[in-house]
Parts: sequence; structure tokens; C-alpha cells
Amino acid sequence: MLIKKVAPGDCKESEVTDERVYLSRRTIVKKMGFIGAGSLLASSTATAGLLDLFSEPSSPIVFKQRALQFGAADKFAGTLTPEAKVTGHNNFYEFGVEKQQPAELAQGFKVDPWQLKISGEVENPLTLGYDELYSSFALEERIYRLRCVEAWSMVVPWIGFSLADLIKRARPTSRAKYLAFETLYDPVQMPGQKSRRLGGGIDYPYIEGLHIDEAMNPLAIVSVGLYGKTLPPQNGAPVRLVVPWKYGFKSIKSIVGIKFVEKQPATTWNLLAAREYGFYANVNPAVDHPRWSQASERRITSGGIFAQNRIPTLPFNGYGEQVAGLYSGMNLKKYY
Amino acid sequence: MAALYPLINLYYAAIQDRLGGDPVEAVIHFTGIGALNLLLISLLITPIGQRTRMSFLIQFRRMIGLYAFAYALCHMLNFLFFEVQFNLQLFVDEVFERPYITIGMTAFLLLISLAVTSAKTIRQKMKGHWQTLHNFIYLIVLLVVIHFYWSVKSDISGPLTYAALFVILMAFRYKKLRRLGEKLFSRLQDLVLTFGNGP
Repeated sequence: MLIKKVAPGDCKESEVTDERVYLSRRTIVKKMGFIGAGSLLASSTATAGLLDLFSEPSSPIVFKQRALQFGAADKFAGTLTPEAKVTGHNNFYEFGVEKQQPAELAQGFKVDPWQLKISGEVENPLTLGYDELYSSFALEERIYRLRCVEAWSMVVPWIGFSLADLIKRARPTSRAKYLAFETLYDPVQMPGQKSRRLGGGIDYPYIEGLHIDEAMNPLAIVSVGLYGKTLPPQNGAPVRLVVPWKYGFKSIKSIVGIKFVEKQPATTWNLLAAREYGFYANVNPAVDHPRWSQASERRITSGGIFAQNRIPTLPFNGYGEQVAGLYSGMNLKKYY
Repeated sequence: MAALYPLINLYYAAIQDRLGGDPVEAVIHFTGIGALNLLLISLLITPIGQRTRMSFLIQFRRMIGLYAFAYALCHMLNFLFFEVQFNLQLFVDEVFERPYITIGMTAFLLLISLAVTSAKTIRQKMKGHWQTLHNFIYLIVLLVVIHFYWSVKSDISGPLTYAALFVILMAFRYKKLRRLGEKLFSRLQDLVLTFGNGP
């Protein structure tokens, strides 16, 4: 299923850095850098507030992931993004806008108990508790490319179940045309929801949506794990969406609600900047983001800044064969 | 030296892949913010030197300005080398198509002209023109702040903080800026009149 081009700069599995080494080095380097740049500013009291931006609380707690039972994916010949990068480079503004912040600030996040409520235009509304997330449906591994709207990408071995299976169990009525997803709203646990600076000034809770035909596509999964284990908080624990043919921001994290609705639901980034982020947000090299090109992307593997890894972006992130039919006759430049 | 050490440290970490998930982004952001920090510090020196009579501070101004240029150069080269990865067509397209990159590049080109004329002998040869040219630093920093503001996705508190610092630094120079503004205005007026009286 997965078509993976191996770029000359791609890494081998053997190059993967041990996570602990990686994280500790990261902290040291960052502190040195900030002290260095910060000391230049320290002469002025007017900039004291600025230096505060750079101070970070240390987190002694480490989130515990569990091993999962699942149907493994077929042997994968391509290069995965190392686990440390998948779990250390995240856009999850609820835990800070900087890429390393979710991994730092989300370690104490409580995922048990959890409630995922499925409601709206369905004959069988249901609520999945924490344990039911892992036991209600057959879990399988899916190795997908993840293309961020910021023009970088990863290859991630997700574990989850088919969104279509969940939809079938809920039995949508004829009025159910769209699915509206919602992330947990808990400013106590999610510092980005409490502080506009940390949370990037977007309105919470984060909301996303799919047309029901998109949601029924076999590629769309509800993920509960990655790299053989339950999801860490920075990747959207305990349950998140993965729609690999769309930009990453569609794949909403830490979901508490899925509502079946008749009208196209509002979505967070579209509300913030409609010109930059559409409802569909299908990966499309022919439609640029107003501020940068979407024609190519940097594949994040390992190897530092000299690893050459810019590759062309494919329509629907390379999944056109499976999903292009959903959009036949639609002007994708208009419905971006 | 305090400016050089973080830079070496940064590249060492980046080459070793110890700069988080995406070392390219980390390096570009670090050098960009570093350049802006240094530019603001260079603008802080004159008012501090004048007010506290610590005129010896002025001798550091050129050094800090040159370090700001070094950071900006790294910032730009990182974009070319590591972000677009020598795809010159993409580089040129991005510079002209993306307003925030256009404005950043404009600031960088102006900064080059300041950096190359910073030597003492050149300064003496340029006489009065030197100060005119180097007054462009105010425009450069303004452009850099706008470049930063336009480049962020949603969290504008960082750019706004820098904008506020810039305004404060400019407020110290209110009289000078007004003089410059008046001069510019009268020149424009002359220009308009010249054209108006033309054939």
C-alpha cells in the first residue's frame, strides 16, 4: 500500500539515536544556546520579560506508555522517522507552540479515565471509556506518511482501528453528512489552553471535521498507539485521528467527542485563517499555502542538517489511488 | 565572543543531529532571532552611551552590528542550504512570491551594504554619506520585525514583544528620526515640484 521513495539522505534504522540520550542532549544544547543568546540581552532590565519566555519548567514525571497487542503491518522496506523524532517534534498547541514543548509539558497528562463520546445523528450513540478504546475494535498497525502543512513530513507506524468500523457501530442516520471532532478542553492539564502565549492564541477546544464519505474511507483510522505502544501525550493520547492524505492539522488529537452532523462543521485553523487553511486540507502540491510552497517537503529522518531530504510532495500525499475518487469533479484549488 | 559561542555550539549540535526533531527549523529560527537580538542590542548602545556618558560602549557597536550581520548571513544561507537545499529556482520563487521572505531579503541586502562599509578607512572616505547609509539600520530593523511577524503561524506575542522593544529604541531617537523624516519629506517635495515644473 505504501509507496515510499528512498532519498539518498534517508537514514538506516541503525542510526536511530537512543531516546534518552537524544532528549538529554537536546536539553543541554538548548540551555547553552539560550544562555548564550540570553546573556547578551541580560544587560537591559527592559528585556527581563523577554528572557522569561525562554525559561522552561523541568518535568521530572515521565508519561508511561504500555505495549499494545495488534496486527503488525507487512514488512516495511522504507525508512521510518525515528521514534524519538516522532515523539519529540510535535505540533500540539495545547502544550505549547514550540515543537519540543509538547514532549516537555505533556508528561503529566492523565489519560485514564477517558471518555470518547459518539453522538449526534446516529441510531446508536455510545461512549468509549479508556479500556474500551483498546478493546472494542481490532487494532492494527498502519505505516503512513504524515505531511504537515508547514512542509515537513514523517513516516509513522501508527496503531489503531478503522474509523469506518466505529461509524458502522454508531449507525449514522440519513441526516449524518459530516463528523465533527473535538479535543479535550482542560486548561488545568493543558497549559496552552490557559495561556494565549503558550497556546498560540487560537480558540479552544480544538475542533476538526470530515465529510462522512472521507471518514468511511479505509485509510482513515482512529489511532491509539505508535511504535508498538500506546500514544504518548504529545502525539495525542489516548486517542486521535489519522487521515494520511490530508495535512496533519486535520488529524485531531486527544479526542473526547465525535458528533455526526448535517452541516459542514467549523474547524479550528479555518476559523483562524480561512485563506490559509481550508476545510478539506488535502495534501496538494499544486495549491501553495499563501506564505510558502507546498510543492515539496522536507522528510524528517535523522542525520542532522546535512542530511539532504527535500522530496517532491505528491497529490493526496501519495494516496490518490485510494482517495482521489472522493473528490472527482471538485475544484481542488477552490476547495483547498 | 559571547555571540560567537552559541553559533558554533548550534552548528555542532545541528550536525550531530542533537537539535530536536527538525534541526533545520531549529537552526533557522535560532539564527534569525539571534540576528534580531543583536540588532536591537546595537541600537541600545547609542542611547545608553549618551545617557550614562559611557562613551567607550560605542566602540562595541560596530562589532555587534557585524555579528548581527553574521547571524543574518547564517540565517539566509541556512534557508538556501538546508531548507530549500540548493534548489535555486525554488529559492528565487520563494524570495519573490512570499512577502515575508521578500521583506527579509530586502533587509538582508541593506544590511550587507552596511556591513561592507563598516571598515574605518571606508567610513572616512565616505564622509557624510556614511551616516546617511547607516541610518538605514532603522529601516532594516523595522523590516526584520515585520518579517518575523509575518512568518509566524498564530502566536504573535513574540513578534509583538520585539515590535515594542523597537518602538522604545526608536523613542530614544525621536528628535533624530523627526529630523530625518523632515529631510526625507522635503526631498520628496523637491522631487514632486521638479516633476511638476517639467515640460
